[in-house]
Amino acid sequence: MIDIHSVSKSFVTRDADPVHALNLVSLEIYDNEFFTLLGPSGCGKTTLLRLIAGFEAPSSGAIRIAGNDVAALPPQKRPVNTVFQSYALFPHMSVAENVAFGLEMQKAPRSLIDERVREALAMVRLEGFAARRPAQLSGGQQQRVAVARALAPKPSVLLLDEPLSALDLKLRKGMQSELKRLQRETGITFVLVTHDQEEALAMSDRIAVMRSGDVLQVGTPRDIYDNPQDRFVADFIGESNLLPGATLGRDPAKTIVVRPEHIVVSPASDGTKGHATGAVSAITFLGSDTLYEVVLEEGAKLHSRSRGGAALSTGDRVVVDWARHLERELAN
Amino acid sequence: MNGVKPFDWRHTPGLSAYTALIFVFFYAPLLILVIYAFNSSRLVTVWAGFSFKWFVAVAYNGAIRDAALNSVIIAIVATIASTAIATAGAIALERGRPRFGRGAAMALIAMPLVVPEIVVAITTLIFFSGLGMHHGLLNLMIAHTVFCIPFALLPIQARLRDMGGTLEEAGRDLYADEWRLFRRVTLPLLLPAISAGAIMAFVVSLDDFLISMMVSSAGSTTLPVYIYGMMRLGVTPEVNAISTILLAVSIIFVAAALLVGRRNRFA
Ligand SMILES: Nc1ncnc2c1ncn2[C@@H]1O[C@H](COP(=O)(O)OP(=O)(O)OP(=O)(O)O)[C@@H](O)[C@H]1O
Ligand SMILES: [Mg+2]
Repeated sequence: MIDIHSVSKSFVTRDADPVHALNLVSLEIYDNEFFTLLGPSGCGKTTLLRLIAGFEAPSSGAIRIAGNDVAALPPQKRPVNTVFQSYALFPHMSVAENVAFGLEMQKAPRSLIDERVREALAMVRLEGFAARRPAQLSGGQQQRVAVARALAPKPSVLLLDEPLSALDLKLRKGMQSELKRLQRETGITFVLVTHDQEEALAMSDRIAVMRSGDVLQVGTPRDIYDNPQDRFVADFIGESNLLPGATLGRDPAKTIVVRPEHIVVSPASDGTKGHATGAVSAITFLGSDTLYEVVLEEGAKLHSRSRGGAALSTGDRVVVDWARHLERELAN
Repeated sequence: MNGVKPFDWRHTPGLSAYTALIFVFFYAPLLILVIYAFNSSRLVTVWAGFSFKWFVAVAYNGAIRDAALNSVIIAIVATIASTAIATAGAIALERGRPRFGRGAAMALIAMPLVVPEIVVAITTLIFFSGLGMHHGLLNLMIAHTVFCIPFALLPIQARLRDMGGTLEEAGRDLYADEWRLFRRVTLPLLLPAISAGAIMAFVVSLDDFLISMMVSSAGSTTLPVYIYGMMRLGVTPEVNAISTILLAVSIIFVAAALLVGRRNRFA
């Protein structure tokens, strides 16, 4: 659906060196997919989205949408709609007029416009709000109007730039499943930008993890969680212990990645064998789970998360163990 | 904190007296002018009772009426022309890709605000005679249009800057071409600022004296120029009356500009 081929983007600034927002990014986003761009602030997610929408032109490389090179197409000619981070609803129009805008610009007949507006508002569950002005809506409702407005013209691709970041936690969870449902119902390709890894794991078919202008890894949430191919990805997605190989008596050129939930901590007095020994330095009770912080004899620190948990207290000498197939070995 | 109070301008000694003095200097002359417009005596300095007779005299003075009509016609034409140009200019400055420095362009546009008006007046006069243009009202309309542009431009440009480009990006994203983007998104959002700019232009044109003085000829006298002519024959209460009217009109328009600017600012 979207083919991004060796795209770079630099911004020329007056006072300093050019900012390289994207370095030779190549990505393929499939038809009908919920795709997420995930990465920390400033890594170039918005820039990539703006290149797809046509608000910026790439410095080099090519972007194809549905097989067509879009380099020469301005935003109004691309079959792509955007849900802006700030929503960008037209304040001087009612909710219905906002949602109708795209279709009006496409010169759709009035009867079709009315039908699609009704349909789109029903899809985001805002049937009763057609006559309101955006200023008379809550943040969550405005967000849904922005989604309805972008969906009403039935684009091939919907771009969403951190659409949920302004909402509180509860509303955000609700909207996550709403967006997921909308994507399945409409069959439109969604490209979501977020810096929230939990949100990315929960919603996406595939994720691209980005850092300072590079795409580090692309894969399904499972794949990225279980097989991080990079220290940064391992650290950014979920919680990870990154242990220098030397502390476990292994190749010092490698880092061992283990998830806290895979580590079993047991009292040294049990006589069990493990990968390392150390002492419990902190215990945090997390409701269903307990988090142990262990300082290994070789100096490294690791976290273990276990259900229920053994009766341990701070200062206890412990053995840490995990199944070898659950760890990942990465080059330093 | 170390107990030293931070500087607070509200505790400056003598602040209230000083403030009062400023207001006296600002408003006492205006007040006196307005009060004596209602004086029934012909003497400007002696109060002899309340009367509307000078306003009646002004209303029946054909020359004043002609001058006032000229002023209003010029102001309307200059307002429409300068606001249209200013709107286009503000959009070009804020949204266009600058061909040369944006700062330089801004400086060139704002220049007439700081160039001494007498210089503008004289150069305008020389310019028109150099071209051999002696079209009376038309000359005045052109001159007024030009010096009204920066006044109309500033509020429109400020609003565009406040607004940011996201709403226009949203419009483009939803398939609007440039013209319909302007009609449906940019113009409605700018309307309060355009109205404010237009009212400023109208008032500035209506009140202008120096440039009109230089450019006007017999038959194209504007009201301020005519008042000045009356003054040379001695200050009569008619001058007070017509000045009071001009003052009232200006205040009403500027207040309207502020109100329009404040309302209609969505969300
Ligand atoms: N118009 C611009 N001019 C100059 N530099 C820019 C411009 N837009 C973005 N950048 C720079 O490009 C880099 C990437 O920015 P971008 O907005 O894509 O980040 P992001 O991943 O969306 O971050 P966030 O999560 O904070 O929104 C940043 O270093 C940013 O400062
Ligand atoms: Mg961003």
